[in-house]
Parts: sequence; C-alpha cells; structure tokens
Amino acid sequence: MQLLLVDDEKDFVETLAERLSLRGIQADWVTSAEAAEAKIKDHRYDLLLLDVKMPRVGGRELKKIIEKQQPGIKTIYLTGHGSEEDYQAGSAEAEYYLMKPININDLIAKIHDALGNKGD
Amino acid sequence: MFKQKIEKILKLFAPKFLWGVDPKKGPLYRHMFNYSRLWRSAVMLTALSAVLPLLAITWFDYNVTQKAVESETLSRTSRTVSNTKRTISGFLAERKSALDFIVQDNAYAALTDPARLAVILENLRKSFGGISDIGVIDATGQQVAYVGSYPLEGKNYSDQDWFKEVVERGIYISDVFLGYRNEPHFVIAISHEMAGGSFYILRASIDTERLNEQLLNLELGAQGNAFIINTEGVLQTPAHHHEKVFEKIAIPIPEYSPQTEVYQYDDPYGGSYILGYAYIPHTPFILIIAKEKNEMMKSWNKTRIEILIFLSVGILIVMVGVVGFATFFVNNIYIADQRRIKTLHQVEYANKLASIGRLAAGVAHEINNPLAIINEKSGLIKDIFLFSDTYAKDEKLIGLVDSIHSSVARCGAITKQLLSFARHMDFSFQPVNLKKVISEVIGFLGKEAEYRNIKITINVSEEIPPFESDRGKLQQIFLNLVNNSFAAMTDGGNLDITAVLQKNQHIRVTVTDTGCGISEKDLKKIFEPFFSTRTKVGGTGLGLSITYSLVQEIGGTIDVTSTVNVGTQFVITLPLNAEKIKQKMKERMHAIAPRG
Repeated sequence: MQLLLVDDEKDFVETLAERLSLRGIQADWVTSAEAAEAKIKDHRYDLLLLDVKMPRVGGRELKKIIEKQQPGIKTIYLTGHGSEEDYQAGSAEAEYYLMKPININDLIAKIHDALGNKGD
Repeated sequence: MFKQKIEKILKLFAPKFLWGVDPKKGPLYRHMFNYSRLWRSAVMLTALSAVLPLLAITWFDYNVTQKAVESETLSRTSRTVSNTKRTISGFLAERKSALDFIVQDNAYAALTDPARLAVILENLRKSFGGISDIGVIDATGQQVAYVGSYPLEGKNYSDQDWFKEVVERGIYISDVFLGYRNEPHFVIAISHEMAGGSFYILRASIDTERLNEQLLNLELGAQGNAFIINTEGVLQTPAHHHEKVFEKIAIPIPEYSPQTEVYQYDDPYGGSYILGYAYIPHTPFILIIAKEKNEMMKSWNKTRIEILIFLSVGILIVMVGVVGFATFFVNNIYIADQRRIKTLHQVEYANKLASIGRLAAGVAHEINNPLAIINEKSGLIKDIFLFSDTYAKDEKLIGLVDSIHSSVARCGAITKQLLSFARHMDFSFQPVNLKKVISEVIGFLGKEAEYRNIKITINVSEEIPPFESDRGKLQQIFLNLVNNSFAAMTDGGNLDITAVLQKNQHIRVTVTDTGCGISEKDLKKIFEPFFSTRTKVGGTGLGLSITYSLVQEIGGTIDVTSTVNVGTQFVITLPLNAEKIKQKMKERMHAIAPRG
C-alpha cells in the first residue's frame, strides 16, 4: 500500500513517516500542497494523510485537486484544530477526521480500516 | 423601629420597582432607570395637572357661593327692615288718621264736652286699644278738655316744644317716655284749623305695647333683634338680649338715610352683626334690625363643609387614579426594561462565551501542533528503543519515554476538549449526544472540582438516543447549573447529574448538589432577573434567569426544589422531538425578517 503524507510541519510529517515505516507501512511525505501535486504526477497512492490547515493551499483543497487525477482515492484528515465548518465538511469528505496529537496504533487501525473499505 | 415596620408593610403592597433597583448592587443596574424617581415625577406631574384645576374651580366656587350667600343675607335683612318700617309707619298712620277722623267728625264744642270725649276715648280703645288718655288743647296751649287717669285739665302747654311743633307742622309724634303713669308711652298730637282762623289740638297718649308686639312678632331667628331708637340713640322699645328701654344703645347711631340701609357691624368683643335700619318719616324713630352674622351664615357653613368634602373626595379619587395609573405604567416600563437588560446581558454572556471559546480554540491550535511533534518524536524514540532492541530492556528509559507520551496525551485531551467546546458555540439545531455535552461541560470544570474535592457523578441512561437540539444552548444551560451548584457547595460536596428517558417523549435531567440550599422565600424568586444572594461576590442575578430563558427557547421546562443546608435539585425536561420548537423559531425569524 502506498501512502502520501502532506503536512507543513516537517518535524511532524518526517517522524510520522519513519514510525509508519518501522511498522511496515511505506509512506512518502511532502510539506506543501505544491510538492504533493508534483509527487502525484509520477506516483499512484492508495491513501492520503492530509493536514487541513496549511499555508496557501489547505488539505481540503488539495484533496479536490488530487481527486481529479486519481478519482476514488481515500483520505484521512489530520488537524491541530478545526472550525465547525471544517469538522462537518471534513468528516463527510474523508474516511476519518483525526485530531492531533494522534496515537500511532489508532492511526494504523484507521488506515487499515480506510483501505479495507476499499476492498484491498 | 416604627419606620422599618411601615417600610415592611409597604413592601408587601407597593410595586417592586420602588425597591427593585439598587445601583450599588452591580454594574448592570446602572443601565436601568431610576424607577422610584420616575414614579414620583409621574405622580407629581399628573397630580398637579389634575388637582390644580380642581383646587382653582373649588376656590372660585367657594368665593362665588360665599358672596351670593352674603348678598342674600343682606338683602333679606333689608327686606325685613323695609317691611317692618312699613308696618310701623302704618301703625302710626292709622292712629293719626283716627285722630284726624275725630276732629273732622266732631265739632270743637262736642270735643270739649268731657262726656262726649269720654265716649270717643272709649270707642278708640275698643277699635285700636292701647290709648290711655285724650285731651283737647286750645290755641293758647290750655288743655280745655281731658279724659284719662290724671287731673290734667287746665294744664298749659304753650311753652313746650311739642306744642310749638304741632302748631308749626300740624302733627307731632313724641319720643317714648314714662310720664306720670310710669308706663312707656308716646304721644300723637294733631292740630285742626277752625273757621275763623283759630285752631285747636287733639292729643292722645298711646302705649308702646302694641308697637313692641309688632316688633317681637318678627321672625328673626334666635339671634335676631328688632327695636326702635330715637335720634339720640335711646331705646324706645325693648330689645331682648340688649339694653332695657330708655338706655342708650352701644352701637353708634346710624347716619340719616331716606331708604333702608344694611351694613355689617363688628363689635369690640369680636361679635359680627348685620344691621339694617330705616328712619321712620315724620317721627323721631329709627327702626333697627340686628342679626348675628354667624347665625345668618349658617346655611353657608353647611355649604362650605359640603364644598370642602367634595374637594377632599375629589382629590382623593384623583390621587388614587393618578397613583394607580403611574404605578401601572412605570411597572410596565420596569418589566420592559428588565427584559431589555436581560436580553442585553444574555447577548453579552453569549458573546463572552464565544470569545472565550475562540481564545481557547486559538490556544489549543497553537499548542496542538508542537504537541503533535513532541508526540511523534517521543514515539519515534520509543520505537527505536523497541525495534532496535538496544534499549528494549532498559526499563528506566522506556518509562521516561512513556511518561513523556502520557503527558502529551493528557495535554492532547485538554486541547481536544477545548476545541470541541469552542466548536459547538454556534447556535443551531443539530443532533446532540446528551452524554457528550454534559461530559464536555464537566471536563471544562473538572479541574476545579478536583481541586475542591467535589465528587461528580454522571449517570446518563443508555436509552437516550441522540436528539435534535441546540447544542450551544444546552452547553450554556449545564454550565450555568453546574457553576451554580459549585458556588453553593463547600469543598468536598457531591454533584450528581442524572438523565433518564420519560415516556419516549422527554428527557428528564436532574442536577443535584449537596450545597447550602435555598430558602423557601428565595426559591420563588430564583428565576427572576436580578435576584441574587451572591451580589457581593460578583453574582449578577442573571445566570438562572438566563438558564430559564434558554430552557424555554429549546422547548423544555425547568423546576427547582431545595432544602436549606441539605441541597438543591434542578429538574430539566427536554423534548426528544424538536420539530415544534423549530417551527416556532422559523415563524419568529419570519416575523422579524424584513419584508419585500
């Protein structure tokens, strides 16, 4: 399974990717929406882990852009906060809407869950 | 002491606004009008505008009536005097005519015959009465014939004043005098010219008894008095209550006037009299009728009292009306103003909560990201320890990392709570999980409970399904109630929140504390705005009032029972089906939305 992590906090995203790989989940990571768009051009991913609030282009907008290229791609949102609107819409759009800080085991369970739904 | 009692009684009946607003009680009160002053001004202005015209009209009427009564009194006296004057004049004229008739009817020779004169006297006595003697005096002043009790025949009157007056004017009426008989009487004398130029005089003495009777028969009332004086002021007839006959009267002799005159006379002893008088023509007599003024004004006194009673009753009715209306209107303003302040405060309170929510969310967000990094870094450290086997058995290191981890988890729980609380501040109907709402509120106040050693038990029945309600309002309701309970309890109390389903239609939530309780008297007022027993420690008296409004707004009811020193229980009933209340809100929104 192929995961793409997008979060403007490099320290967070880098460490999370490393911890996932220790658990056998390969995840690429980038720190901006632009980098994510570049990445998506030559890779196919099963699941996106997106930060909702990022400078310039946020996670929800990025999801729409990526979906055009890879329709049906699964998403889990990660956020440090969220307005009521983000929460309501985000919960509907994505498989999961998780609040930081996250528990790694909980996240892995959700990842499996999200992909399991797909039928993989 | 007495004043306090009066105030206590007044407070029972007087409208609340007179005591309801004390600017010292709290900052909100200065936004309210000074109702007791407003009420006083309203009463005073209305009363003045109503009572002043009433006073003016009454004063005017009082004077007009008094003048009318006075003038009526004077004219009545004047009428009596005129009538009596006519009677007295008639009495005298009658006797003079009788004498005239005698001299016309009898020749001088016949009159000087004592036998004939005696018959005439007898006839006169029969016809008129009160005639004591009669005599004929010739031109030389010699009494040539006399019939009476005294031996006056042959007496010469030529040098007397009255003789000269009769000669000069043809008639003479004397003052009243006692004479030999020692009986008050007066004399009428007329002269008669005979053929040949000579004359003689017919003279008769008349008792004043008949005259006195005439005067005494006048109906003058208890204090009235009618009498005759001569031009020297000497009483000619008895005046009861006054001096005896022949005494000089105390009042000054009235000035001569051909008509009847009436004037007011105040004696030196404080008595006030209405005096009417008339000079009786061709006599030395002045008729005087005196009446005590007070007696005459008796009818006025009665009218005066009636006017005063009318005025008093009028003022009383006006004042009752004025006070009633002023109280009614000021009370309405008071109620409206209270509502205004309450709404103002409610908005302020909601805004405050929203601000706190935003601030909390901001802080939580700022903390969450670094917290997430710490979480991942410490997680990675632990991963490295465990996956590399290098430090897997170093319990101390693993313990340290776990400690960091659990602290991060704790911080995370707090920030999540803050965010969740802030997120639901917006007011709108949405599916609500009651247990979650209550837990969030308690989570917010959990630290305080922990420090104060207050034990909180939450017991929400699993039967309760998620239901549609306004989450923000529910949060406020429970926050207010829990805050209220915390304020009522000393450290170490118990707070119990229980929710059960009722007949599948309502949710019944009870919030029970072991606080100081509320007295029965205060219990009635607890949901009233501005009622607070904690004004000195910052209570506005609006918390429970707002809670009451909020519960009503989401279609519920709230009730309270309490025992002093045992605790208080609030019972809230919430509808499971919010359709009705949503419909109501929609209608209200529609009603206040601009048209067109």
